Amino acid sequence: MKEFTGKVWVLGDDIDTDIIIPTEYLALPTIDDMKQYGFYPLRPELPGLIQEGDIIVAGKNFGCGSSREQAPEIIKALKVSCVIAKSYARIFFRNSINNGLLLIENDQIQDAVKEGDTLTVRVGEALVAGDKEYPIASLPDNLMEILNAGGLVRAMQRRNGILKED
Amino acid sequence: MGMTIGEKIIARAAGVDQVKPGDIHTVTLDRMMSNDGTTHLTVDMYHNKLKHPRIADPEKVVFIMDHNVPADSAKTAAAHRKMRDFARENNIKLYEGQGVCHQIMMEDYVCPGELIFGADSHTTTYGALGAFGTGVGCTDFLYAMVTGQSWVMVPETIRFNLHGKLREGVYPRDLILTIIGDIGANGANYKIMEFAGDGEHAMSINDRFVLCNLTVEAGAKAGICEPDEKVVEYCREHGREVVHMFKSDEDAVYAAVYDYDLDKIEPVCVRPDFVDNFALLSDVKKEKVAIDEAFVGSCNNGRIDEMRQAAAVLKGRKVSPKVRMLIAPASQAVYLQALEEGLITIFMEAGAMVMNTNCSVCWGACQGVIGENEVLITTGTRNFKGRSGAPSSKVYMANAAVCAASAVAGYICGPEDL
Repeated sequence: MKEFTGKVWVLGDDIDTDIIIPTEYLALPTIDDMKQYGFYPLRPELPGLIQEGDIIVAGKNFGCGSSREQAPEIIKALKVSCVIAKSYARIFFRNSINNGLLLIENDQIQDAVKEGDTLTVRVGEALVAGDKEYPIASLPDNLMEILNAGGLVRAMQRRNGILKED
Repeated sequence: MGMTIGEKIIARAAGVDQVKPGDIHTVTLDRMMSNDGTTHLTVDMYHNKLKHPRIADPEKVVFIMDHNVPADSAKTAAAHRKMRDFARENNIKLYEGQGVCHQIMMEDYVCPGELIFGADSHTTTYGALGAFGTGVGCTDFLYAMVTGQSWVMVPETIRFNLHGKLREGVYPRDLILTIIGDIGANGANYKIMEFAGDGEHAMSINDRFVLCNLTVEAGAKAGICEPDEKVVEYCREHGREVVHMFKSDEDAVYAAVYDYDLDKIEPVCVRPDFVDNFALLSDVKKEKVAIDEAFVGSCNNGRIDEMRQAAAVLKGRKVSPKVRMLIAPASQAVYLQALEEGLITIFMEAGAMVMNTNCSVCWGACQGVIGENEVLITTGTRNFKGRSGAPSSKVYMANAAVCAASAVAGYICGPEDL
């Protein structure tokens, strides 16, 4: 099973999609143009500080709000390896899987880590912070298939070949 | 085992007799709606990622421009062009400037018992007519448009039995904001919110729109009102015959059941920056919160009823010189009726700006954007940090009469305080 380690950024409850990417930047032509404004209303410095493989840890109802798919796309474009939250809003959850962004649900880790800590993720098994382990559930097979393919479009591509190769 | 309305709709769309919460089903969609918030992204994926692209059934697809209408920049104009061209090339019905997407869908398409995907979170509105409407992102929308199908996990249902009647000066918006305050912004996450009881059946279709529309702010996958003769009548008036009309079985299983006495609901004024940051207007108005802007409109509160509520307050009064007031009817049909009833005259004589039919202030990018540290009182759908402008701005949510009264006073208050 896949395992990785990353530095942690800690956010609170109800991180909504208007915080992840405010409306006024949605008209920018590409996700790469938009990503510097990720989390702008709350933590404008974050896009400049997040490094490849970092992990976002948050509280309940992460991604609540609009159906804008740019929200998970921006988190992915910032090269965050996964989000770990107490719970997710449903449209964001679906959009993240469809874009190949790994989401993990855990209600203990937000209180157990502080910003800057490193955390190891054993996908489908456990989170490891210091000498403590926190068990995590694995996603259903059909969702893992989409996630492992890198998103819904690529999963379709693999499954039935009607889609263009990248 | 008995099923709820939502479960019956999924079973029909999946072509099976029985479903239960947690099951994953492949479903055939009755209709798909996408607006100019994200359609250009869907079109890009369609052209760039698909090898032999085709649309399963263009008749089931509706495109509606409402978020940035008319275009406010060259970038928006380019996105609109993409959407317009795609609609023409693929025989997809396109609405441009006729109204807010959910209002158009209710007026022209939605029938009870249907399963509808919308690339917009407030697609939950369609439950007002007994349909299952749910919001999706553009990748899910693309998949649905190309295959005509998608997968859904059957959600659990929470039942809300509504009893009695709202008092005068209290509106369905106050009720749904009270419910969201009670259960929290994720209180119905992944679930269906089902409304029934004598209080629900006494409500107009307009009132049911308001309830179902905001269920997504409690995290709901769908909000559904138990359909009745009023739904049949509404559909008939709009040229549609009802085929399926599902009600929940007596032995249907619910995740929770709540009872609300409607005559106990009071006017609400939700504080910034969360929709579940519930407060009673009677408490907030003690603080005499000064406002810079007031808005009446949006997919939640832009129908003729809310136009009348605002007009009743603004008639013979003037908007405070310290306040900008924007009013956006939710569709051309609403606008025309407001004109006929003399409401638009009342708004203009009061000094309000009457906007074209669109998402306007609620979307926070096209019209009436608020600046640093400014305060807005709105009938919009959300009050998130920066939702309607600068991150330091503040958004309070209330009913149309309270927004109009606050615009006149220059600070948050109710019509009774003028």
